[in-house]
Amino acid sequence: MAAGGDDMDAERARRFRAAALPYIDDVYTLARYLLRSAADADDAVQECYLRAYRHFDGLRGEAVKPWLLAILRNVCRAEFARRAGAASNAGEVAEDALPLWQEPASSPEAALLRQRDSATVRVLVAALPEPFREAIVLRDIDDLSYREIADVVGAPIGTVMSRLARARGMLREAWLRAEAQPELEERSS
Amino acid sequence: MTVDEKMTCDEASVLVHALIDGELDAGHAREVEVHLASCPGCAAQLRDYRIMRTALAAPALRHQAPAALRARIERALPAASAQVIPIAPSRRSLLKGMAMGSVLSGALAASLVLVVVRREEDQRILGDVVSAHLRSLQGDHLIDVQSTDQHTVKPWFNGRLDVAPPVVDLTAQGFTLIGGRLDYIDGRPVGAVVYKRRAHVINLFVAQATAGDERARIEQLQGFNIWRWRHTDLGFWAVSDINAEELQEFGDKLAAAISGSA
Repeated sequence: MAAGGDDMDAERARRFRAAALPYIDDVYTLARYLLRSAADADDAVQECYLRAYRHFDGLRGEAVKPWLLAILRNVCRAEFARRAGAASNAGEVAEDALPLWQEPASSPEAALLRQRDSATVRVLVAALPEPFREAIVLRDIDDLSYREIADVVGAPIGTVMSRLARARGMLREAWLRAEAQPELEERSS
Repeated sequence: MTVDEKMTCDEASVLVHALIDGELDAGHAREVEVHLASCPGCAAQLRDYRIMRTALAAPALRHQAPAALRARIERALPAASAQVIPIAPSRRSLLKGMAMGSVLSGALAASLVLVVVRREEDQRILGDVVSAHLRSLQGDHLIDVQSTDQHTVKPWFNGRLDVAPPVVDLTAQGFTLIGGRLDYIDGRPVGAVVYKRRAHVINLFVAQATAGDERARIEQLQGFNIWRWRHTDLGFWAVSDINAEELQEFGDKLAAAISGSA
């Protein structure tokens, strides 16, 4: 068999395709939520796959999905830096500055959330600040385990747990507020 | 937190999420549940979080990658423009290409089909090799017979397999024999001779192989390097996460020892 360089490349690409392309919707979903722009998400996902392909040989039996999401996350961070120039953390909540999420003292027990349509939920998630939006998307939408999220974001599991608790607390608050002010959901889509 | 300490709402407000997500062990899950049973506030939150979780799991919350993006990525990968041998992902698509008016001669076409079919089988076996390697690293099923002595490991395979895997000691060359076990590749029992290089495990699978390329070569799959070789009627697959050069060295030493002793 003529095993030229092109042949090897093609074979490598075939294996990469089989391993990585099935997760494109997961990667794209994270990109959309992180970047909040369809065009930027397109570019980020393409860049992510090209980087992943370059580093495919370095993958050592790890799960492919978290590996791809970690690369995507790095691509997105570069994009944030580009967007914001030097003041890159403007949109992020300084995590240390806030205490672990506390339910307001007056939170009524009877305040059972109403089911909402997906478009509204999407808007509520998209409005969460980082790194909480990222945590909730990785857990609840891209379906990663805590261990995998910790690997993707490069933080200890304890941090992942408190971020997730804060993220869901914030989302619940926003959800309840949206119920009180129905005009909020009209903003969506 | 110990069992006799009472869980506070602060603690529960974090752990309740791990409970929903199935990330708590039974003991901690029980503690959270005890707290929830006696704390209506936290119980109400749990109820809300479950509703939220269900809503977030809806397919509509996901985004689907546009077909154009998928196509752009496909185009950027090498195979789409590979010129040498058409590496078809499946036999069917290769045949389709021919039916659509390719200029390949009948004989060449037939040999290509053979190449592709063999490739598919090869890929399946390589996939199995990597899976078996990964399985061996999980839990404690790396070795059935633990010994650094080739004269203990080799006879252990007797009667367990229809082949006699050669077991060679490569300790002097930097690859320590640590034992052997039975495994399954492609649905057949095979011998696995296990070596270590520093902290890295090398599984050498040995099975009967009457066809296939005699030349040794290195392949990569899912981030692992696989050295493969056929000698007489035996096929060898060595798989590890050590780098390709070291695995090649392992293969060279092994092949030399086996060819020399035969």
